[in-house]
Amino acid sequence: MTVPGPWYLVLAACLFGIGGAGVLVRRNILVMYMCIELMLNGVNLTFVTFSRMLDDLGGQASVFFVLVVAAAEVVVGLGIIVAIYRRRTGATADDVSSLKG
Amino acid sequence: MTPAAVNAAYAVVALPLAGFVANLVLGRRLGEPKAGWVGTLAATGAFAAALVAWVGALGQPSASRSFDLKVFTWFPVAGLHVNVGLLVDPLSLTMALFVTGVSAAIHLYSIGYMHRDPGFDRFFVYLNLFLFSMAVLVMADNFLFSFLGWEGVGFCSYGLIGFWFQREVAAVAAKKAFVTNRAGDMGFLLAMFLLFAHFGSLNYSAVLGGLVGGHPTGLLAGAPGAVPGTTATAITLLLFLGAVGKSAQLPLYMWLPDAMEGPTPISALIHAATMVTAGVYLMARVAPLLHYAHATAWVVACVGVSTAFLAATIACAQDDIKKALAYSTISQLGYMFLAVGVGDYTDGVFHMLTHAFFKALLFLGAGAVIHALADRQDMKQMGGLARYLPVTAVTFGAAWLAISGIPPFAGFWSKDAILASAWEMNKVLWAIGALTAALTAYYMSRQFALVFTGRARWAEARPTPGGALAGAGAAFAEGEAGAGHAASGPGLPPPPHLEARPRDPSWVMAAPLVVLAIASVLGGGINFPAWHLDFLSRFLHPLFPATGAVASTATKWALSVVTTILSLGGLAFGLATWRTAEHPVLEPSFLRRAWYIDDTVSAAVSGPVQALADGLAYVMDRRLVDGFVNGVAGLLATSGRALRRVQNGYVRSYAFGLSVGVIALLAYVAFRVGS
Amino acid sequence: MTIFAGTAGPGCTISNLVTSEAKVSGLCTAKGSLSIPVEYRSIAPVLILGVAALVLLVLSATLPKRRYPGLWAGLTALAGIATTVDGIVQWANLDNPANTALTVGGQVLYDHFSAFFAILFGCATTLGAAISDSYLSREALDGPEPYVLMLACSAGAVLMAEAAGLITLFLGLEVLSISLYTMTAYHRRRAASGEAGLKYFILGSFSSAVFIYGAALVYGATGSTQYFEIFQFLTGTVVVHDGVLLAGMALLVAGLGFKVAAVPFHFWAPDVYQGAPTPFVGYMAAVAKAAGFAGLLRALMLALPTQVSSWRPAIWVLAVASVLVGSVMALVQADLKRLLAYSSISQAGYVLIGLQAGTQAGWSAASFYLFTYLFMVVGTFAVVGLTQGRGEVRNDLGSIRGLGQRNPWLAGGMLVLLLAQAGVPLTSGFLGKWLVISAVIGKGQYELALIGMVGAAIAAFAYLRVALLMYVPAAPTPARPGQPRGEGGGEPAVAPTGPGAPSGLAEVAGDLEALATAGLGATATAVALRAPSTARLRVPRATAAAIAVCVAFTVFAGVSTPVLSLAHSIGLTWSL
Repeated sequence: MTVPGPWYLVLAACLFGIGGAGVLVRRNILVMYMCIELMLNGVNLTFVTFSRMLDDLGGQASVFFVLVVAAAEVVVGLGIIVAIYRRRTGATADDVSSLKG
Repeated sequence: MTPAAVNAAYAVVALPLAGFVANLVLGRRLGEPKAGWVGTLAATGAFAAALVAWVGALGQPSASRSFDLKVFTWFPVAGLHVNVGLLVDPLSLTMALFVTGVSAAIHLYSIGYMHRDPGFDRFFVYLNLFLFSMAVLVMADNFLFSFLGWEGVGFCSYGLIGFWFQREVAAVAAKKAFVTNRAGDMGFLLAMFLLFAHFGSLNYSAVLGGLVGGHPTGLLAGAPGAVPGTTATAITLLLFLGAVGKSAQLPLYMWLPDAMEGPTPISALIHAATMVTAGVYLMARVAPLLHYAHATAWVVACVGVSTAFLAATIACAQDDIKKALAYSTISQLGYMFLAVGVGDYTDGVFHMLTHAFFKALLFLGAGAVIHALADRQDMKQMGGLARYLPVTAVTFGAAWLAISGIPPFAGFWSKDAILASAWEMNKVLWAIGALTAALTAYYMSRQFALVFTGRARWAEARPTPGGALAGAGAAFAEGEAGAGHAASGPGLPPPPHLEARPRDPSWVMAAPLVVLAIASVLGGGINFPAWHLDFLSRFLHPLFPATGAVASTATKWALSVVTTILSLGGLAFGLATWRTAEHPVLEPSFLRRAWYIDDTVSAAVSGPVQALADGLAYVMDRRLVDGFVNGVAGLLATSGRALRRVQNGYVRSYAFGLSVGVIALLAYVAFRVGS
Repeated sequence: MTIFAGTAGPGCTISNLVTSEAKVSGLCTAKGSLSIPVEYRSIAPVLILGVAALVLLVLSATLPKRRYPGLWAGLTALAGIATTVDGIVQWANLDNPANTALTVGGQVLYDHFSAFFAILFGCATTLGAAISDSYLSREALDGPEPYVLMLACSAGAVLMAEAAGLITLFLGLEVLSISLYTMTAYHRRRAASGEAGLKYFILGSFSSAVFIYGAALVYGATGSTQYFEIFQFLTGTVVVHDGVLLAGMALLVAGLGFKVAAVPFHFWAPDVYQGAPTPFVGYMAAVAKAAGFAGLLRALMLALPTQVSSWRPAIWVLAVASVLVGSVMALVQADLKRLLAYSSISQAGYVLIGLQAGTQAGWSAASFYLFTYLFMVVGTFAVVGLTQGRGEVRNDLGSIRGLGQRNPWLAGGMLVLLLAQAGVPLTSGFLGKWLVISAVIGKGQYELALIGMVGAAIAAFAYLRVALLMYVPAAPTPARPGQPRGEGGGEPAVAPTGPGAPSGLAEVAGDLEALATAGLGATATAVALRAPSTARLRVPRATAAAIAVCVAFTVFAGVSTPVLSLAHSIGLTWSL
């Protein structure tokens, strides 16, 4: 049995959408960040799928860049999150909302 | 032109700017007198640079002495390319020479005059800024850049009239000058719009270049670059409106007498020699255009001659030494406009030069007198000063003879040439001009007699009810901070006896007097009407369209004799009469009150016009305009406050907002693909 | 830009790029070879900035542990100046069209556009370092780290401007963004700084994901992430309405629209501007915006010019929304940094207006606008950084009240910068707005010109509010509502300039107050009028120099044309 390419694309889009929705509805900062990772994985799947469909290595190469960038973002993001938690343990994303207007 | 001359032309503009910046930044620290020397150095340097540029231009054949030195494009906007650039040609060089020259002398004089004034450095900041603006005005290569200088000198004039802004009169006079000038500036602006609409450029050479030496018929008949007569008339009339405001002609002259509230060197430099002649310069600059606008030329001539006459009559009955000179300035400016109006541009410029010499000298002499008498300005309280102020008296005397048109002094030659041209245009113009010449000789002799001859009235103690002298509202106009005479502040009676007897001023003030006196005596030599000594005419000749009919030599001689006799008559009568100070018959109150013009205007403005303005302010402004503006502002503020609620501080709301944006974009894409 | 096939010198030429059979996403290699030709001249700005960052890191690790006042800022400024100079050298070199090239394995475009932005980011780095030094030592935050971040951020920005493909653009974008997240959260003792950093990070990552998803979709639709190949594919193939391509394009626009803070992707900007350390905000506002626009210009003009009819309406909406929302929101702000954030949103709208024209006039105007905005915004935030006081205690409008008395020179400079942002003639701000508006008039989009002018008029009030407040005397003037006005003679006790002052000055001050706070709510008005200290404000030397440069440039670029002519000679088309 072969799975047609577009199915992978749809799956990737779903991953991306679920990740996006997660950022909107979750309040735990860590989980929000995990949702963003999910979005990036959706992107990666898209790249790889297109790479196969087009028979072009470029898409797969791009995935490496995305992975590296995601890792770098984790480092910085966790640093910021830890700095917030140090000030207020158990803070949710809604607790940091003093800047508004 | 040689590179040295080109650089010198730039330096004429750059040096005053450098002086201005130096005094602005360091003036307070330099203090007195160094700030003054910096300013004087800048002005003198500019004069030297103007000389170098002039010599450079003289090295060229007379027909090709115009150079457009483009520095950079100021703004290149759709079709309108305005440069920052200098136009070096005989007219601008002549103007630059005399502006910087007179300026340098007056800068030097001011060091003495402003001695111990708390605003010493501020004064020189203004002076250098003025000189810079004036240099820009006369040397710019396009209307807009000139206009920048035009506004700059207006601003400096405003700042310097109100230099002693603590005094109500000075502040009010400054405001009056500013507002009156705005009325004229409107004309200048509208003229520029028309110029651009018609020529597609504001550059002098682009607008005027094709007109000089051209044939009016061809130009008017639809050749490329042709100017319809009506357009030329409209443009020149609007420019003339600007000139009327700046040069204090009827009906916008009223600010100039009030402007005498400023320090005397300012009256000499800005309100006699240079800035007020900017209007004449402007009309001379557009001479090629004016040549095709006969209606405008007529208007200019008529306004000029009526202003000359009216102001001369008023000058006959003024007691304030500076006000009398102010009216005299207005009158002499009228002569210059008469010259421009009758097409004798060269002699207009010639009179501008000679007038700059002798009128600056008169003001500086008046300043020396005022100084010597501890800020007294009422001529009725002077007298017999020749004995005490010999240098001042002799130099003032030279200027007196020059302005009175007595040969061979400078004023005679220029005035005579203008009247001869007027005769050829219209005999009535000549008659009024000649009559004015007699009046001029009379009121100047009156002034000389009142100040320098007769009894020493200043030595007599005189009760001064209410602290002000009868008959001279601004007798102590230079009171408070004037020149460091702390005892004569406003509202205080003058010292019954001066601390010391009046003396000639120090050398820094005397030297400019002597230099200007020499110029007033010999100034006619720059355009001597015989033996090929008419340097100025030949220098300016390529710029101006040919004058119409030229009076024959015999006519000129005859006219000269007549005007000289008239002038001598006025002179003798004035001298003889005003050995004593009281001649009420000769000073009817309508002359003392300047034909009630100012009063009438004031009454009209404070009466019906004020009521109209109030009504408009209430109905139009408060109800309609304010209502609209406030309504819009309120709407914006309300919507702003509503939008603020979206920005609620929650990250997920922001992410939601972002997602809405993304989804909207995707929906738009889907819509595009679907359709 | 002009690229002649086969004549592009040692760099990778278009011809071998297109014909090479082993096509690895644009990596330019001949068959069987792994050598990638690198033209170092083209990436020198990135190298300078990156190496400088490394030097700073190494120095900080090897030097004895103590404070080195001015060292880190000085080195950073030096690197910035070197970048600027290198940019100018590049520009001169590029005046020979044969030097224009697609190089470094086809990943980098070496043309006037990248040189222009190298100059821009070099200036931004220099000025940013100059204004940060005194702030960081005041807040006891000094050390090499913020400068390393700043240098990395600038390197990323330059990379964005010279990227020749979406992946390189993404890398530059991330280097820039990650540095900025950290800089935003850098003030350890201010809760607002951490909060701003977190928000920026979450939303930034979210939009990065959106951007790269867009890149993936464009890749799927065209078979490449390289601008030139995308362009070639789209010109060679008749793609009328490819959903995948257009969706990818929309996501790219959204992702970059976030970076430049265009409405509706702007929500992060006010919070981040308010929370982040003030000098970094000035730097960020200039660099992030310029880099985002550089990327957007490149992507839209070089890769997707064939789809202009599809992206123009979208950009149109973003532009109009940014101009209007930014201006209106700026009106009701009581926090100075927040007000400036909304103002920068509205400024981004003007750049978008220029961009959507899609013409030479449009991108020249946008480039000029970004270049001049850099100086305005850095100078403005430098002044705000001085008036806010230690610990950023006062960022509200009232903190600037009475600046005209506390330091007339600083107030004068700030006035020029504010007027420039409001678009007053004789400043670069006016020229920028003028160019943008004339670009769209050139395309017959009069409605956009009108909206631009209306937006400028609205925003002008926000700037004038600040300008007026600077000249409301810092000493409290008693409010005297019922009193008849203008009769003079009044109370010498309240006359702010001492005896002898013209009567009515107190009324004037009162009028100023009323005008300066018009339209603010009651609370905001009270905040805006809370007088700061009246002590003379001292300006550290480096900051003063930076502000002076900003003011001077703002006037210089407003009355003369060198920058304008630079911007005019930028080309953004393939000529084959």
